[in-house]
Amino acid sequence: MEKKKMNFARFKQFIPLYIMLLPGAVYLFINNYIPMAGIVVAFKTYNVNDGIFHSPWAGLKNFEFLFGTNEAAVIIRNTLLYNVAFIIVNTVVGIMLAIFISDVMNTRMKKLYQSSILLPFLISIVVVSYIVFALLSHENGMFNKGLLPMLGMEPVQWYNDTTWWPVILIVTNCWKGVGYGTLIYIAAIAGIDQSFYEAADLDGASKWQQITRITLPCLIPSIITLLIMNIGRIFYSDFGLFYQVPQNSGSLYPVTNTIDTYVYRALMSTGGFGRSSAAGLLQSVVGFTLVIVSNMVVRKASAENAIF
Amino acid sequence: MSKGRKAYQAVINIILIIVSLCMILPLVLLFMSSITEENTLVANGYSFFPAQFSAGAYEYIMQNSATVFRAYGITVLVTVIGTSLSIILASLMAFPLSLKDLPGRRVITFYVFFTMLFSGGLVPSYIMWTTTFGIRNTLWAYIFPNFLLGAFNIILVRTFFTTSIPADIYEAAKIDGAGYLTIYWRIVMPLGKPILVTIGLFTGLSYWNDWTNGLYYINKSNMFSIQTLLNRMIQDIQALAAHSTANSGSLMQIPQVSIRMAIAFVAILPILIVYPFLQKYFASGIMLGAVKG
Repeated sequence: MEKKKMNFARFKQFIPLYIMLLPGAVYLFINNYIPMAGIVVAFKTYNVNDGIFHSPWAGLKNFEFLFGTNEAAVIIRNTLLYNVAFIIVNTVVGIMLAIFISDVMNTRMKKLYQSSILLPFLISIVVVSYIVFALLSHENGMFNKGLLPMLGMEPVQWYNDTTWWPVILIVTNCWKGVGYGTLIYIAAIAGIDQSFYEAADLDGASKWQQITRITLPCLIPSIITLLIMNIGRIFYSDFGLFYQVPQNSGSLYPVTNTIDTYVYRALMSTGGFGRSSAAGLLQSVVGFTLVIVSNMVVRKASAENAIF
Repeated sequence: MSKGRKAYQAVINIILIIVSLCMILPLVLLFMSSITEENTLVANGYSFFPAQFSAGAYEYIMQNSATVFRAYGITVLVTVIGTSLSIILASLMAFPLSLKDLPGRRVITFYVFFTMLFSGGLVPSYIMWTTTFGIRNTLWAYIFPNFLLGAFNIILVRTFFTTSIPADIYEAAKIDGAGYLTIYWRIVMPLGKPILVTIGLFTGLSYWNDWTNGLYYINKSNMFSIQTLLNRMIQDIQALAAHSTANSGSLMQIPQVSIRMAIAFVAILPILIVYPFLQKYFASGIMLGAVKG
């Protein structure tokens, strides 16, 4: 009895703290946890009147719709391949830029380079799609009206022709996102012990040798951290990049449709609800598994680089 | 400096100047297109060196300000309300979680953390926000779904509180008779300012740039935010005229080709203006993000 009282007195002093936690906890419950439970909608024939939890069960019918066409294969392929390409391109370009920027002696120029590389990161993807439109618009674009005629080439129906879109999307994504990784690598390079380089200089090591033998090995922890974060998200795509930049153009779907754009478009189309929720569930479950597995692999390889 | 060193400096500077131009020039193109005379645009296309300049697009925006100004106002309002609420919610949650002797701290931290691992996705949250909460075509549709409070921010702020605010200060305040709420407001908030500014900046940026909530939940043109307006406008320039006052004939006068670029430029203008002053915070925020929570 005595002990219980003590516990309650001890507990009582924390009550204000629990009250402080409450608003955020309630928000997370609504915004995150209810939709997690709502994922069962993928196994239901949803109708608005009954809501998610009381609509009749549909078994695997929604998944049959999803996998009934070859669309499922296309969106999964696009999502994975683009992500792999993005990871490779942004990592390589990011490390290269970080090494160059770190080596610039003029501090003013160094700042300038850093700022300009990060700038596109802050621009909304809608505005990015306008810039791409200024370049590629069939009637008024800089390519069709200016560059291509100057080079004596035929104009291209950019928004109908799938040929160039993998390149366009990879370049756009790199332009917009590379600054993020570059900054992280710059910070990592700044943390490398300068005496390594001094010793290498004394031994007459070339710049290339210094990069491959000192800089890159020292960057490995940062590279791995960014890599797991990216691999964990390999089943997710940047909705804006794939929806806005190709301007939702139907003839480009074979090369621009990813899981996220598919889920949205199916959700908004009549009768697409089942397919949409099935694709969404697939994404959530596979995405979750990938985060856990990639982190487990890293923890096994080098515990200090694991994220959790 | 040896000869080789000098050559290396020259090479990397040239490469980086080219890269920097590639980063900035697309934005210059956007601006140049917006101040190009409409007929020149139709004849020569978007270009860095227009044959004839015109402020026509901006004049159109000023004259038919109802749509654009309203959208701008909604974006500003959403950004201010959303960011303020977000900072308050995140810090209110992070402070108790930063106290080692709070019973249940680990469970609650996991409750927060798990939201980063698993997500229900668009379909269930779309159903929930539209049916249960009925936020369609309200200001809350921009503020509540997704952006208000992220686990990542909570963990960043908590880590900052544990590592940067010495626990002795709390003890001293308690002895002086301060309750937790006083400690939070008078000690934690002021000392936590650097991290709160950083997460505020990123939250503000994502509210300013968000177009998805507008896409999902808004279909009334008088509720368009600037990004939602831009999103609708690229497919259909009439989105701009839909709300502009009675003069239905005004559609003819829209400088269709340049105005898209003018509104897009107006939408990023505030970011371009504050960026030079705040880039230190942007950079440090990104660094923080790379360090595990």
